[in-house]
Amino acid sequence: MIRLEKRPEPSRAWTWATPPLAVVLTMIAGGVLFAFLGKDPVIAIKTIFWDPILGEFAFYYRGQLLVKAAPLVMIAVGLALGFRAGVWNIGAEGQYIIGALCGGAVGLAFYPAEGWYIFPLMVIAGALGGWAWAMIPGLLRTKFHTNEILVSLLLVYVAEQLLAASALRWLKNPEGQGFPGSRNLAQYPAGSNPELIAGTGMHLGIVAAFIAVIFAYVLLNRHMTGFHIRLAGQAPRAARFSGVNPARLVLFCFGVSGALAGLAGLFEVAGPAGQISIDFNTGYGFTAIIVAFLGRLHPVGILLAGLLMALTYIGGEAAQSTMGLPAAAIQAFQGMLLFFLLAVDVLTNYRVRLSRGQA
Amino acid sequence: MQRRTLLGTAAALTMLATGALAQSDGPLKVGFVYVGPVGDGGWTYEHDQARQAVEAEFGDKVETMYQESVPEGADAERVLTQMALSGAKLIFTTSFGYMDPTVNVAAKFPDVKFEHATGYKRADNIGTYSARFYEGRAIQGHIAGKLTKTNKVGYIGSFPIPEVIRGINSAYIHAKKANPDVTFNVVWAYTWFDPAKEADAATALIEQGNDVILQHTDSTAPQAAAEKAGNVYTFGQASDMAEYKPAPRVSSIIDNWAPYYIERVAAVMDGTWESDDTWGGIDSGMVGIGEITDAVPADVKAEALALKDRIASGEYHPFTGPLKKQDGSDWLAEGETADDGTLLGMDFYVEGLTGEIPN
Repeated sequence: MIRLEKRPEPSRAWTWATPPLAVVLTMIAGGVLFAFLGKDPVIAIKTIFWDPILGEFAFYYRGQLLVKAAPLVMIAVGLALGFRAGVWNIGAEGQYIIGALCGGAVGLAFYPAEGWYIFPLMVIAGALGGWAWAMIPGLLRTKFHTNEILVSLLLVYVAEQLLAASALRWLKNPEGQGFPGSRNLAQYPAGSNPELIAGTGMHLGIVAAFIAVIFAYVLLNRHMTGFHIRLAGQAPRAARFSGVNPARLVLFCFGVSGALAGLAGLFEVAGPAGQISIDFNTGYGFTAIIVAFLGRLHPVGILLAGLLMALTYIGGEAAQSTMGLPAAAIQAFQGMLLFFLLAVDVLTNYRVRLSRGQA
Repeated sequence: MQRRTLLGTAAALTMLATGALAQSDGPLKVGFVYVGPVGDGGWTYEHDQARQAVEAEFGDKVETMYQESVPEGADAERVLTQMALSGAKLIFTTSFGYMDPTVNVAAKFPDVKFEHATGYKRADNIGTYSARFYEGRAIQGHIAGKLTKTNKVGYIGSFPIPEVIRGINSAYIHAKKANPDVTFNVVWAYTWFDPAKEADAATALIEQGNDVILQHTDSTAPQAAAEKAGNVYTFGQASDMAEYKPAPRVSSIIDNWAPYYIERVAAVMDGTWESDDTWGGIDSGMVGIGEITDAVPADVKAEALALKDRIASGEYHPFTGPLKKQDGSDWLAEGETADDGTLLGMDFYVEGLTGEIPN
């Protein structure tokens, strides 16, 4: 008879062991899934996890891993601060869009001027845009006690409408023959975020993501605000007594996560995407929530989780085109990752006991 | 911005290109990038049918690869690079949003040919192709005008781009000719394929009293909604959607890409491929009209088929004056027909349509 017994305290060892365990379980279950689809499971798993890093075209994929991971990591790091403090910003996708719109609009306003100051201004506008969009649920929560989960989530759909309006009217390329979409920023040197080293995919957004990880690490471990964040999440009453101002903390968490999401959007729109288009956003803001939890809300963990997630995307694409695996199988595979993580999380909070007889 | 231009040059690009050259003998590898799943029953389904036709035609001489549900933007660029790296010599990018990614990747792989559907940017190794779907819309419009009892026709638009606006105008002009009292109600779904959204849109239109629904989205969800409501007629979009025959689906526009794809693959094989712009209509078979079922009165069916023949023979152009724009200004004089340039960039409604083309 198997029994679950609640641990007095979450196990530290299991906290770190569950993500790798979840990955292994995903590989096994995914392999079974691929075998049922008539594909060699070993080759499929190798295509997804090995080839992008060490395969024939790894010189290209390694850079792409960073390109894909950077926005995930940058957004997830910001979200994790809030999640630790019990502040639930679910609307990073919207803040990502607004950041891209504001930053992109600044760049397009200067077109076709040249100047070193244009790109920095775009970066500032991107961060401010994301920050402002996040302030809406933040202020509504602190002033009117609205539920920030709902407000931030619903604002994503508002942001998508603004994005569509921008691509179709406000920021539409005047030389685009009536088709939607802005000018391509990648073809406007002063306003673009190009590869720092050609062919590697490496761009400023990736550098910024690394800086965000370091910043969050220092903040959480060496700074009073970080202590307040952790305290507010773990013991709200104690936090109140030790002088934490809950309203300020909510605004801080929303502001930082919004600004980071906005920055991620700006770097994406000026770099890999290049263009403000109707469906510019591809779900980074939502996937980042998974990345934050997969990384245990720890900046370094998030960095690793972001890279892992990027690997499943890029390897998954490779498996689709080279092995003919259906896209749905890859999505199911990614879904399994989160599913297994949540499932094995039981081990963090519970001990498994084997006992004989009646329980 | 010196640092930006300094680094981005030849070295890494040559590396990319030679990586692709490594494997050139053997069958011609042809890649297909799809915006939806191959099972969408509409747009992507027909492109995949054409891919299979290419395989059937050339057998061992070709090897095709495809990827489904590729987001339009930075991800598309990676998928295209990946296909070019793994040896594809001809790549079909089958959605408008792949335009800039196609241009970017084509610049890096000068010896790979690209065929971009519905776009307007060409290069030495990029050709474009599309179909004159508005010809099929004219026939749908005629049938819709005759079938409606409430004189209200619903239209599910995807994105307000020239391609879609052209279809609405063409359908409306011919519905109006068949039934002067007809009005059109257009709703925008902002998606090419999303069964849930399309079902919502169709249900809303039906509840407002529209008893014929036209759609520019790719799923069969509107057909299902119409079947449930009863006494509502629809048309198959992109694909025949024959499973809803004889009603609610009373006819369809079928995209038939197979002859074009086979022709272009053959051209690459014998070295005669050249970049050009193809815009095929009913006459070339690229736009097919699916069976008009018995739910349509015999005389209406005969009229519709006569219209089809007149369009196919070139005797009649669906945009023939006198026609005015929605704002009352003159567009085409008596007997004048629209030129392709105006049609390709169409961003206005014709007189009589209500509502605005959205932001």
